[in-house]
Amino acid sequence: MEGLTLSDAEQKYYSDLFSYCDIESTKKVVVNGRVLELFRAAQLPNDVVLQIMELCGATRLGYFGRSQFYIALKLVAVAQSGFPLRVESINTVKDLPLPRFVASKNEQESRHAASYSSDSENQGSYSGVIPPPPGRGQVKKGSISHDTVQPRTTADPQEPASPVVSPQQSPPTSPHTWRKHNRHPSGGNSERPLAGPGPFWSPFGEAQSGGSAGDAVWSGHSPPPPQENWVSFADTPPTSTLLTMHPASAQDQTTVRTVASATTANEIRRQSSSYDDPWKITDEQRQYYVNQFKTIQPDLNGFIPGSAAKEFFTKSKLPILELSHIWELSDFDKDGALTLDEFCAAFHLVVARKNGYDLPEKLPESLMPKLIDLEDSADVGDQPGEVGYSGSPAEAPPSKSPSMPSLNQTWPELNQSSEQWETFSERSSSSQTLTQFDSNIAPADPDTAIVHPVPIRMTPSKIHMQEMELKRTGSDHTNPTSPLLVKPSDLSEENKINSSVKFASGNTVDGYSSSDSFTSDPEQIGSNVTRQRSHSGTSPDNAAPPPPPPRPQPSHSRSSSLDMNRTFTVTTGQQQAGVVAHPPAVPPRPQPSQAPGPVVHRPVDADGLITHTSTSPQQIPEQPNFADFSQFEVFAASNVNDEQDEEVEKHPEVLPVEKASDPASSLRVAKTDSKIEEKTATSAPANVSKGTTPLAPPPKPVRRRLKSEDELRPEVDEHTQKTGVLAAVLASQPSIPRSIGKDKKAIQASIRRNKETNTVLARLNSELQQQLKDVLEERISLEVQLEQLRPFSHL
Amino acid sequence: MAVCVAVIAKENYPLYIRSAPTENELKFHYMVHTSLDVVDEKISAMGKALVDQRELYLGLLYPTEDYKVYGYVTNSKVKFVMVVDSSNTALRDNEIRSMFRKLHNSYTDVMCNPFYNPGDRIQSRAFDNMVTSMMIQVC
Repeated sequence: MEGLTLSDAEQKYYSDLFSYCDIESTKKVVVNGRVLELFRAAQLPNDVVLQIMELCGATRLGYFGRSQFYIALKLVAVAQSGFPLRVESINTVKDLPLPRFVASKNEQESRHAASYSSDSENQGSYSGVIPPPPGRGQVKKGSISHDTVQPRTTADPQEPASPVVSPQQSPPTSPHTWRKHNRHPSGGNSERPLAGPGPFWSPFGEAQSGGSAGDAVWSGHSPPPPQENWVSFADTPPTSTLLTMHPASAQDQTTVRTVASATTANEIRRQSSSYDDPWKITDEQRQYYVNQFKTIQPDLNGFIPGSAAKEFFTKSKLPILELSHIWELSDFDKDGALTLDEFCAAFHLVVARKNGYDLPEKLPESLMPKLIDLEDSADVGDQPGEVGYSGSPAEAPPSKSPSMPSLNQTWPELNQSSEQWETFSERSSSSQTLTQFDSNIAPADPDTAIVHPVPIRMTPSKIHMQEMELKRTGSDHTNPTSPLLVKPSDLSEENKINSSVKFASGNTVDGYSSSDSFTSDPEQIGSNVTRQRSHSGTSPDNAAPPPPPPRPQPSHSRSSSLDMNRTFTVTTGQQQAGVVAHPPAVPPRPQPSQAPGPVVHRPVDADGLITHTSTSPQQIPEQPNFADFSQFEVFAASNVNDEQDEEVEKHPEVLPVEKASDPASSLRVAKTDSKIEEKTATSAPANVSKGTTPLAPPPKPVRRRLKSEDELRPEVDEHTQKTGVLAAVLASQPSIPRSIGKDKKAIQASIRRNKETNTVLARLNSELQQQLKDVLEERISLEVQLEQLRPFSHL
Repeated sequence: MAVCVAVIAKENYPLYIRSAPTENELKFHYMVHTSLDVVDEKISAMGKALVDQRELYLGLLYPTEDYKVYGYVTNSKVKFVMVVDSSNTALRDNEIRSMFRKLHNSYTDVMCNPFYNPGDRIQSRAFDNMVTSMMIQVC
């Protein structure tokens, strides 16, 4: 058999019982009869008795030795507590109450029964048999023979004024009783013990009678000494609560508390019997707790802060360590504050502790605060991680109603299941590893995303639009721009280029002008542009300044294949009156008509036409150039455009003329300096007219604007010195020889002239820039002066 | 498996120290004591930056032949020192970190207890249980 560990009380109790059974005073073997009788007195089912006997080994041995007897007694206690009978339960079941045996006839028992009138209310088996409240000075009733062990708190009469008896104090009390009691059983005299406990009984009886009303845990049998416990606590109800507490083991101490009213106690006692859960809170208890809660926190849904709770529970005079543990158990959500449920649980635990119950390792289910998603299993599962592991069913305090032998059959099972849950949860929780998201992969920064390069059109959007428009309008003339360019291979590339460039520049300028100043129909412009495109270099009549197509640039006059003859023939029909067959580069202008808008171009066109006509077919390619020049001449002569815009356009026209390479930019530059450009523009046509530069794209705007040289001249005269300079410069240049003569010569001459005009204009530009800087400086200085002069009103 | 777990207060006195009951525990106590110097050294090295930027987990403080000592400091300069067996190669850094995290959480729970006075020895059963779980099995 396993080694049996008995506490002192148990030791003595068992020895007494053994002596009781040891009728023959052998001190070694007890009589089976007596044992059986004893076991029957334990009020256990027969099968349980048999099981016990088998477990203890008596059946094997055939007799009850001391060890077997002790084991059997222990098993009886186990069975009476409701725990399953197992061999290992002998030592594992802690805090086991002493086995209870009901004596059939026992004077003391009757006395007890009488004295414990309240007990009689309890369960039948409970009559007279009261589980020894732990630590209570158990006054053994008379002899062991009766085996009515009534734990008495000798401490009660002895220490009537003892405050909350701490668990440490309790054990000493029991030895007292036992010692006094042992004297008697040693003799085996059943009667003698009675004498011994007699003196104990009397005070006990007195106390009992007085204390029946007020009582403590043990169903009111113990005389409650005037306890100063819970002085600060509201006095009475807490004691009543203890009634529902289950007595701890015999060793444990039970603190006696005064009960407010016997009725309450009785009621509670009655109720306690029906409880299965040792830790359940009765209604009265709950009410009491709630009242206490209200004193601290009026709002029942609110929290009690930790500090207030600390003060409150410190009054219970429990050691801080235990209070700390109670707090750990009861603060379910670990928030440092107590809700109503948590407070009730804590209070309940304090009360239990004060009555000698050991604090559980984990919060009992009944005390757990009711959460929404609270499930028993989940609860139990959660607890262990926090509180610890319930070691054994013993943590469930001793069966509440001592009289219930089969108390809580489910309890140990529940405990074990909870243990299983605990371990399970513990394992799961301990199985580790929250994946560490140390490396936070930063989401791709949208800003850093590779953006698809958006092509940006460098050319003016207007021109782009115009081009689009052109494409949209897409006449035959437009399409064959390139073919037109290509066709007249015969035509001089220069002419072609010139015309095309002119068209381009014209288009460009026209674009500007059209959008800015020209109120002419966009259709016209479009048509102009179309015409220009189609003409691709021939006389640009009213067409808008040709957009700066790269085409004409790269393609030199030579390279461009222009079939002037074809274009001429093609365009002949379309040409209006006065318009001789245009070179293919110059698609027949739909309106060589002298519209005011396109007037500018008209003369040019006309001139171009004229020139065209004048030129021989072989010279046709060159004609555009010449025609342009002539146009320019005409333009210069006739171009009198009061509108600044036109002048602005003139300038861009001029610039492209001179700066063949970049008509568009020049146009733009021209745009900026309107007046100055105008002057240059005015002069440009003259220059252009002078020099037939195939490369220099006669600025379409120039042509377009070209109203008349007359217009231009006055304009020139109107302008300031610059214009005069320009005029002078321009004048210095020989006029464009009208007689083309040979292509090469003309080309070279035009080249020369264009270069000259280029240099002149460049010089002019630099001078104008310098002027601009000076003007700006003056402005700055003036502004500074103004600031200084201005009164400090803003200050 | 941690063979020794210690919680050192800010003033470098132990709040809690527990060793696996192998041989003389004094050896572990001494190891923890020496590791405090290393902890201070690591703190001061990173101390130039703000405390917030300093990581709580210090990592391996120093290895000995048989044991490795890991450290962890909280923002309130409370240090956790853990001694693990070197033979246990299965212990990865992440596991050590998680163990320290659990320690920190349990320590926080102890702090939240109003009955606990900061600076007292830690006598919480929950804390004990948690440390036991750490010492018995790996993480």
